Amino acid sequence: MEVRAELNYTEEHEWILIEGNQATLGITDFAQDKLGDVVFVELPEEGTLIEANEVVGNIESVKAVSEIFFPLSGEIVSVNKDLEEEPELINTSPYEEGWITKIQIEPADISEASLMNAEEYQAFCAAG
Amino acid sequence: MRYFPNDQDTNQAMLNKIGVDQVSDLFTSIPKSIQLDRPLDISAPRSEFSLLKELKEKASSYPVGHSSFLGGGVYRRFIPAAVGALASRAEFLTAYTPYQPEISQGSLQAMFEFQSLLTLLTGMDVANASMYEAASGVAEAVMMASRIRPKAKKVLVSAGLHPEYLEVLKTYLAPGDLQLVQVPVTPSGQTDLEALANLLDSDSLCSILQVINFFGVIEDQAKHQQALEGSKTLNISVMSDLSALGLLKPPGDFGADIFVGEAQSLGLPLSYGGPNLGVFACKNAYLRKMPGRLVGLSEDTHGKRAFCLTLSTREQHIRREKATSNICSNQAHCALWVTIYLSLLGEQGIRELAELNLGLADYAATQISEKTRIKRRFTGSVYNEFVLDLPCNATLWIDKLMQEGILAGVDLSRFDQSDEGGLLVCFTETNSKEEIDLLVSKLGELA
Amino acid sequence: MTASKPGLGFEESLIFEYPDSKNRGVELPETEIDLPESPLLDPSWVRGKIGLPNLSEPEVVRHFTRLSQWNFSLDGGFYPLGSCTMKYNPKFHETAAAIEGFASAHPYAPPGCNQGIKQLLYELEQDLAEISGMDAVSLQPAAGSHGEMLGLMLIRAYHQDRGDVKRTKILIPDSAHGTNPSSAAICNFEPVTLVSGGNGLIDLGALDKAMDDTVAGIMITNPNTCGLFETQIVEVCDLVHQRGGLVYLDGANMNALVGITRPGDMGADVLHFNTHKTFSTPHGGGGPGAGPVGVKSILVPYLPTPILRDQGGKIILDHSPEKSIGKVRSFYGNVGVLIRAWAYIKTLGASGLKEMTCSAVTNANYLLALLQDEFDVPFPEQRPMHEVLLTDKKQQDAHITTMDLAKGLIENGFHPPTIYFPLVVSGAMLIEPTETESKQTLDHFADTLIKLSKLEASTLQQFPSAVPVGRVDEVLAARKPILSAASIPKG
Repeated sequence: MEVRAELNYTEEHEWILIEGNQATLGITDFAQDKLGDVVFVELPEEGTLIEANEVVGNIESVKAVSEIFFPLSGEIVSVNKDLEEEPELINTSPYEEGWITKIQIEPADISEASLMNAEEYQAFCAAG
Repeated sequence: MRYFPNDQDTNQAMLNKIGVDQVSDLFTSIPKSIQLDRPLDISAPRSEFSLLKELKEKASSYPVGHSSFLGGGVYRRFIPAAVGALASRAEFLTAYTPYQPEISQGSLQAMFEFQSLLTLLTGMDVANASMYEAASGVAEAVMMASRIRPKAKKVLVSAGLHPEYLEVLKTYLAPGDLQLVQVPVTPSGQTDLEALANLLDSDSLCSILQVINFFGVIEDQAKHQQALEGSKTLNISVMSDLSALGLLKPPGDFGADIFVGEAQSLGLPLSYGGPNLGVFACKNAYLRKMPGRLVGLSEDTHGKRAFCLTLSTREQHIRREKATSNICSNQAHCALWVTIYLSLLGEQGIRELAELNLGLADYAATQISEKTRIKRRFTGSVYNEFVLDLPCNATLWIDKLMQEGILAGVDLSRFDQSDEGGLLVCFTETNSKEEIDLLVSKLGELA
Repeated sequence: MTASKPGLGFEESLIFEYPDSKNRGVELPETEIDLPESPLLDPSWVRGKIGLPNLSEPEVVRHFTRLSQWNFSLDGGFYPLGSCTMKYNPKFHETAAAIEGFASAHPYAPPGCNQGIKQLLYELEQDLAEISGMDAVSLQPAAGSHGEMLGLMLIRAYHQDRGDVKRTKILIPDSAHGTNPSSAAICNFEPVTLVSGGNGLIDLGALDKAMDDTVAGIMITNPNTCGLFETQIVEVCDLVHQRGGLVYLDGANMNALVGITRPGDMGADVLHFNTHKTFSTPHGGGGPGAGPVGVKSILVPYLPTPILRDQGGKIILDHSPEKSIGKVRSFYGNVGVLIRAWAYIKTLGASGLKEMTCSAVTNANYLLALLQDEFDVPFPEQRPMHEVLLTDKKQQDAHITTMDLAKGLIENGFHPPTIYFPLVVSGAMLIEPTETESKQTLDHFADTLIKLSKLEASTLQQFPSAVPVGRVDEVLAARKPILSAASIPKG
């Protein structure tokens, strides 16, 4: 399972790329593999204000639905509209073309959230 | 017993293989305190012969030879013999839910055809593979509306909605925080759309309009659509006698967001009110919020066209508490029945059916107005049923007519005890001119 | 023996793909009335072309006959679906439901007309109450999950009537059928999952922690979806009752209990039956079924109206119950289905019903005896009842999954068992033979399953091939939903 060094991870198998006061959110290779072929992504609306640990969207495969959580509060800046026509991007390119949403955050909050680094996440997955 | 293929010896052989002496050894995990120590207090086994005799006796209380003018949500329809002959095929009747598409293409294609036929009839984008019946369908429609607009809490419902649908809606809404507001009907029998317009605000979730209402009056769908224009209030259109769609412009043409119908009216036996068939349809935009099963088109591994259940992640077996509904078993076989009926009827047939119903009711109305002093309660246009105001107690009069071989109509005091003279009379393709003339002459004797 | 139809291709047009014509398949009743030239409707209300097909009667008959032939069905083969109780559907029942006085009965006919059918329904209520050990029964719900919803509404009404509004939660074991939590959610209850013990049963310790005064009740399936009888059911019910909650029993697995024990005696306050499971009414491709609900006397005041009552030998409909929750569907119930259930119970009688249960449990345990050496039995300490839970654990090394075995069974003319349910184990196969299957069929099934488990994984993945269509692409169907003929892309 691919894990990228520059990203942070949550226990719900989301990855987060933090660049200043913007966070990009997606799900990990581990998650997309478990979910199976993605058929639909319910994206949040741009401009929505979210609270920490709220459900921001859903990813559906044929056999399951997975909620997407974001551990910080913020504002939805943009969503990946490509996922509307090609939800399978989450399977083929979970860390790049399969990004889900970009959120404006307060950098000070980051330490509050229990994010894992790449090594910690790898260990977390191995523990199962 | 003839339904159990394993006789005593075979059972004993199986018990031996299992490793027990007697069958009671298989129930040791049940605490003794709750094991029955007596036989069930139920009659002894009965032969098919004696049961059939008893059933026929029970069935004989219904006067099948009487002429009937009963409507009110379920309708007497001529059902061609071919429908039952095809639907009763074991491969349809005894098949399970088509979760394994490779061996259920028959059921799946028939359901796809059902969905297709109903979208054409109703003018809606997508129809599901059935709900139980219209009343709970209306409740599910409101729940769906609430998923689409979770912040709006006011449900506007026309007083023309079938009283049983309203009662069921109230029951379903009781655990939640949605409020019901009734919109009255005018003397024409149509919903007061001005009153509706005045009730619209940011809190109004949906407007429920029964397109041909319980009183038989046809609502003005165009005006309803106009009244809702500019508001976010969802348009939930309801119909009981779907045969009218052979002639009447469908709710899909008038902005219906969700449609609920009672497809018993499309060729299902009356059967004392069930099983019926709920039709549920909506706009494409709301597809993923819709309850019920859906059959979709796809391909198999060889690229051949094939059907399967789809968008199942909305449903209870996957989504569990977040499901769009708890529905599991639906009315699939009834949907098959209706699919066959509509296939036989066709484009021309359904139009003729509607013209026949409309024409017979119009004949009856004209005769009643010319030959009797009985007045219609409402002035609006009707399809195949309308309300008469009898100058006497309807219940007693209906009983008298039953003794004379006529089931005169639905006694409206069933729904409102104070409505002593209200009679809902319904004319379908099953009523002859002779029957209607006789009813008219009986009405003529009244006043 | 083979139970499938190798060699028949599948290619059947949709009814919309027949050539356009002016055919008709029905000739409507004649009328002596002069129908007007143009419809008696406001012209702006009259629609144009609908787009329905025009087929002749023989074309319709051939179309649906051919479609039927591509279905696997119970009359044609074995359906060992766990928790579905796919038992033989007696043909007598079709005759019963079609009797004209029942089939033509209008629910609003004047008093007296429907006395016979009301009598039948009343007797069915009595028999179901006796079978389940309950005080009263409602026949209104149209399906099991509809019955669940009704049962939960009754529980809610009970607590509200007592002024106890704190109870917002329903406890549900993790092995429960998906309808349980979804029914709870519809009634505005919060479903709280109760993790099962390592033995597959309800964990009394977990229940003790979870059961407090914010819990309205618990939903239990017994035997549970692992096929195991909840040995501590009495303790479970007592504990829930002591803390002010009520017990809902999901009666899907009644085929293991009838004549042997009764939910009412276990302590259940309310339950639903599935007539299309225990009482042999046909599945029809997904319904209609019926989900009658039985209750103890504490819940009787809240039952949906109208109530059937015996008034000096005459059965009447009582619309007046004060505290009734209202109605959960129009009219009285899926009567056509209920007639079949009545006929089944009357045919079998008390002794036949007990024989049914004994044979169902014998058949399931026999299958276990045949399969237990080759397949993983996740909960071996307790004997299963009417269904057997196995997993694909022993086949993992050979990379064979439950799905592969299921498709292999299809290849060999069997419908697969319930797969990947319950969720408490991985790779579940829940097998319920029912009492209407012969030892010969069970031997053949077990034999086939064992042979399949010894094939190469690559061989299994080709299955099914001797079927009308190969594995269907469910991903495509969900990504680009095409749900009606009109939305099929042209070209």
